[in-house]
Amino acid sequence: MSSFTPHTPDEVKSMLEFMGLTSVEQLYDTIPTALQLRRALDLPEALSEVEVIEELGAYGKRNRSSSNDLICFAGGGSYDHDIATVTSTLGLRGEFVTAYTPYQPEVAQGVLQAIFEFQTMISRISGLAITNASLYDGGSALVEAINLACAKTRRGKVIISEAVNPNWRGVAATFAEGPEHEIITAAIDKEGRTIWPEADSKVAAYVVAYPNYLGFIEDISAVRKLASDSGALMIVAYDPIAISLLKSPGELGADIAIAEGQPLGIPLSYGGPYLGLFSVTMDLVRLLPGRLVGETVDTHDRTSYVTTLRAREQDIRREKASSNVCTNQTLMAVWAAIQMSWWGREGFYEVGRSSLSSRVYLEDRLLEEGLLDKKGGVPTFREFPVRLPKDASEVVEAMIGEGFLAGVALEGANSITNFDGSLLIALTEKRTKAQIDSFVKSLKEVAK
Amino acid sequence: MTTLKEAPGGRASSSPLMGGEVEPTIFEFSHQSRRAGAIRNSRIEQVDPKDHLPIEYLRSEKVDLPEVSERDLVAHFVRLTHRQYAVDLGSYPLGSCTMKYNPKLADAIATNPNLSGVHPQTPASGAQGWIELCVELERYLTEITGMAAATLAPAAGAQGELTGLLIMKAYHNDRGNNKTTILIPDSAHGTNPASVTLAGYKVVTVPSDSRGLVDLEKLRGLVNDEVAGIMLTNPNTVGLFEKDIAEIAKAIHDVDGLLYYDGANLNAIVGVARPGDMGFDIVHSNLHKTFATPHGGGGPGSGPVAVVDRLTKFLPGPYPVVVDGVGSWTMPEKSIGRVHSFYGNAVVYARALAFMKALGAEGLKEMSEFAVLNANYLKSKIAQYYPAAYDETCMHEFVVTAAGLKKNYGVRALDVAKALLDRGYHAPTVYFPLIVEEALMIEPTETESKATLDTLAEILIEIAIEATKEDSSEALKHGPSRTPVSRVDEARAARVLVTTMDAKG
Repeated sequence: MSSFTPHTPDEVKSMLEFMGLTSVEQLYDTIPTALQLRRALDLPEALSEVEVIEELGAYGKRNRSSSNDLICFAGGGSYDHDIATVTSTLGLRGEFVTAYTPYQPEVAQGVLQAIFEFQTMISRISGLAITNASLYDGGSALVEAINLACAKTRRGKVIISEAVNPNWRGVAATFAEGPEHEIITAAIDKEGRTIWPEADSKVAAYVVAYPNYLGFIEDISAVRKLASDSGALMIVAYDPIAISLLKSPGELGADIAIAEGQPLGIPLSYGGPYLGLFSVTMDLVRLLPGRLVGETVDTHDRTSYVTTLRAREQDIRREKASSNVCTNQTLMAVWAAIQMSWWGREGFYEVGRSSLSSRVYLEDRLLEEGLLDKKGGVPTFREFPVRLPKDASEVVEAMIGEGFLAGVALEGANSITNFDGSLLIALTEKRTKAQIDSFVKSLKEVAK
Repeated sequence: MTTLKEAPGGRASSSPLMGGEVEPTIFEFSHQSRRAGAIRNSRIEQVDPKDHLPIEYLRSEKVDLPEVSERDLVAHFVRLTHRQYAVDLGSYPLGSCTMKYNPKLADAIATNPNLSGVHPQTPASGAQGWIELCVELERYLTEITGMAAATLAPAAGAQGELTGLLIMKAYHNDRGNNKTTILIPDSAHGTNPASVTLAGYKVVTVPSDSRGLVDLEKLRGLVNDEVAGIMLTNPNTVGLFEKDIAEIAKAIHDVDGLLYYDGANLNAIVGVARPGDMGFDIVHSNLHKTFATPHGGGGPGSGPVAVVDRLTKFLPGPYPVVVDGVGSWTMPEKSIGRVHSFYGNAVVYARALAFMKALGAEGLKEMSEFAVLNANYLKSKIAQYYPAAYDETCMHEFVVTAAGLKKNYGVRALDVAKALLDRGYHAPTVYFPLIVEEALMIEPTETESKATLDTLAEILIEIAIEATKEDSSEALKHGPSRTPVSRVDEARAARVLVTTMDAKG
């Protein structure tokens, strides 16, 4: 055994003696014998630290990582951005990593203040006054937004654009089974724009993505009008990086703004842990899911931070709660706060502009090579679909051999009306001219 | 927005080490056009956004993120860490949270670029290692819980609960059962009833008896055809093993109900007893508790859900399988669907698997045994001053009451908690479970040494004695005084809601 448990045999003996016991087994006398396992677990023996690192490392070697193996042109809800060294260095400090939910604010000011700063930054990006301490991921943010809208309007019907991330829509459909919310998908047209139904006073919320899953920037003002005409809320699922250049969801009239916060300094991590961003107007604060940090003072009138409006939460409201969220993704929120501070006002803008510039450059190159037939439809930010002569899944597999993760194949569970078989390509500030040039060269070979 | 006076980034006066002043926010270190990081030069001509994005959607001003130097940024966040208690600093006996030491070897796994650098949209052919890792972790979890299969995807215990309840619902719908209620003991975590409501069921509360256990007779009286199932934590939230679990299981199964095991307290029984052998059908585990993945200040967690054989077809998808050495993601036949944007908190799986491999079969059992040993030892040590709510051998945690201290001296459980902070220990959970007056719920965990427990016991006793004396009891009511801030005004935070810099008056 390693040093994980510090007990020496002498200590165990003396602790047992103190309680008048002779063996550890006696501590389990309250478990009926018939229910005890009474055999060793059928699991391997203990390994040393280096052996564990080697075994897990062997799994790593059987992956194709975008850190050092595949050049990543895939997005679809997860983006390959550069992450500052300070983000991982500070973000791995034990005080952030090994604390728990700040129940004792007097010894948790570090995490509380970091969340307060995170909330401020995300409110400035989302353009909405109230941001919670985070949720699990984009999908869970959508679920909570739907539940909030249904609680607020006392209605049970929600219209979601088909161009909202299909995985998130899947998560929303799963969790709508509990409260039996009716979720209707509004299909998209050939240009990639949502075809919204008529205004409907039974609808609790309309959900639009900005930019949408295919990268297109849709007409948000039309959705705002539709929501207002229906007495419903508008939920905007945004890409936080896009807001470096585009108006915020709040400015466009969103009642709830949700996002996957992974692009803000979180490693790709095969999909998790990520960071659900959740902001609402002040009107909705009492229905906000999850933790919320507020500023206050201590008994010496010193600025302090504490989790607030706790009366909303599950441990107090129990079966009357509209959300069961306890923890969130605090550590990821801290990482994002550090990365956003490192970028700063100028850097954040430059990340967005560089991603846009690379998208423009790649589209031009694909046009030149005849891999894209037109340009100038609905505008995109950093992500766009391409219909190649071959189905995208085939292209993606072949491009792995060329050292690229070419994009997301819009097939199967990722299929979108009118874009079935297309390849969804994403750009970040991490992609260089040389990489894009060699990507286009390989794509031309593979796709013909 | 408020204009801020620039704070000196090199001044460490907010650190307890250097004077204990308030740490300014990152925004106060900001200075126009200062910056920390430079963006990579992609060698691509930078376009004017006006030429490529719709004018009506372009923002007029850049997002007002902090403008700080890297030096000030680092100093600020490091000073914040100096204002934060953590397991890495010391003992954290927060009941029901299992704040054990998180071995550092898992950090090496979590930062391995071959794991952390894999894009979730990578086809299975490029993610074989991850799929195999998931399948191996599933194998550990099913052996430990006595179940047939598990989904790893739920991102936390609460999401695991809801996932488990939706599996239960899918089972009943599939059988044509018309079920409307879920039984929950009155000692349950608040998350349980909240999850039940979100799963579309009604909560029926089962009272505890004088032993602190589910009242079996009353339970039997509540079981009827409308009962979809029961949610139990075993050992329960007062730290006791539900001895009647086999009878409870029979009563529930007799009406075709299912038993849900809340794995919050699994740390007590790994290798000793298994939920599957007790009759449970659905079990969630908290990797961030039992399997030592760090709590991250409140997440990320991970709440895998394991099920018995007849429920595997309802598991969420995508579900990882390896057939003939080839891994792929599949959708179970009658899957409840997707519960996470991708595959769950994958890096947390890698950490948990690393921990389990390091401990091995025997080490995992020893882990639970020493958790129980530590809890009982500490309970005995302080029993004279802090009476246990239930006088029975406890599992990995125990609940004592400060009702006597409150009644006789006006010192509450909260005051005891704050006094501990002043003396260098994290506080236990207070005022939970609700069925115990002035509850202090203490979970020392297996990673604390006898010396740590002895000192903790001495300090707790010292506090109890101070509570009896007029001068010192007044001080207790106003503590803590040595922490970075003193008692904070929680009511004011709710009354004058300031949750961002921009809400400041």
